[in-house]
Amino acid sequence: MVAAVAAALVGLAIVLAFFVAPEDADQGISQRIFYFHVPIALTAYACFGWGAWKALLLLWKREERYDLESYVAIHQGTIFGALTLATGSIWAKASWGKWWVWDSNQLVLFLVLFLFYSAYFMLRFSIDEGPRRANVSAVYALFGVALIPVSFFAIRLAEDFIHPTTFTREGPQMTGTMFFTFCVAWLAITVLAYALYRVELLGKRLDANLRELREALT
Amino acid sequence: MNYLGDVAALARKDLRLELRARDTLPAMLLFVLSTLVVFHFALPSGADELAAQGLLWVALVFTALLGLTRAWSPEREDGALDGLVLAPSDRSAIWLGKSAAVFVFLVAIELVALPAFALFFSPLDAGAVLGVLLADVGICAVGTLLAAMAAASRTRELILPLLFLPLAIPLIVGGVGASVSTDPGRYLAFLGLYDAVFAILCWASFEYVVSE
Repeated sequence: MVAAVAAALVGLAIVLAFFVAPEDADQGISQRIFYFHVPIALTAYACFGWGAWKALLLLWKREERYDLESYVAIHQGTIFGALTLATGSIWAKASWGKWWVWDSNQLVLFLVLFLFYSAYFMLRFSIDEGPRRANVSAVYALFGVALIPVSFFAIRLAEDFIHPTTFTREGPQMTGTMFFTFCVAWLAITVLAYALYRVELLGKRLDANLRELREALT
Repeated sequence: MNYLGDVAALARKDLRLELRARDTLPAMLLFVLSTLVVFHFALPSGADELAAQGLLWVALVFTALLGLTRAWSPEREDGALDGLVLAPSDRSAIWLGKSAAVFVFLVAIELVALPAFALFFSPLDAGAVLGVLLADVGICAVGTLLAAMAAASRTRELILPLLFLPLAIPLIVGGVGASVSTDPGRYLAFLGLYDAVFAILCWASFEYVVSE
């Protein structure tokens, strides 16, 4: 059900972004990636936040299921984070002529977060399954939400000595249709992330149940 | 015993262990000096002093990492950590004691490393030294907790740099800013903010890292 809604919304967002929204006078067609890049980035933040929230619940309520939920949310967040890097890179190539620009705060932040959360998986999979692993993963996930604002602030500060002349980009003056398209795309990506989250969670739970069953039978 | 007494006893234990065995401090010291020499050859002639200031931070962070990978090894042997966890004191005291000991190590190293840097490359101003001290607090607070996490994993020494470096990026930004900027106040304030945020987070969450 959620998956169907997600598919429909993503389809609608694609139609709106490519055929309905007006062409950007300044950037032309390349601006249309904005309708996906920004919602994907916002969704990645939402996933990381959701994962940290579940981690907090795990430490607080000590219910085992929160561990898997936190992990799956962070897994989705990392996938969307990688997509943000990819779409951002494409956009950078199209509008600034380079695949990577250190001027773009958001891209740099996502690179840091991507490294941070990749280490999360390394950590998680090098600890044997059990309450210890759940605790350690949860604490690390909580560090992530503290790291996001602190890094953002740090990258802003770093601009002063790394790039004396900051890349100033005027915020896109959005028309009504553009803003509407953006909102639909944002909703679509969020619902898509939620659908993926549910599917992965279901799969992982099925896996765990199967393993228990197999152990019980042998 | 009160809380601070516990912390002091734990930190004293680490310092005494190091004074007797002397296996971490000399290694860190040699490492930081070797790194500075490597940097001399890594910087092409004509590279300005600012580049060296940035590299100083690389040297400090990697030296700290070297010390941190060893931070929990005395506790890991013979299950000493389990004994500490079972002791009737607040578990965060274990983290605070260890952080304090690591901080002392780091400052001791820097007492040699910073003059050596000034001798080899360029003199450091008060902003840079203050930045180093503030960054040390953050490095020790976060590093000690992450090292405890790494000690719980199978990969141990391998994983600590992966966990630590993304979290150290804000410290590098603040530290390099404090070293090279003419107005280091903002960067020092940022380092202080980082220390406060992450020290509280580590202090509150350490218990979960060592217990099941």
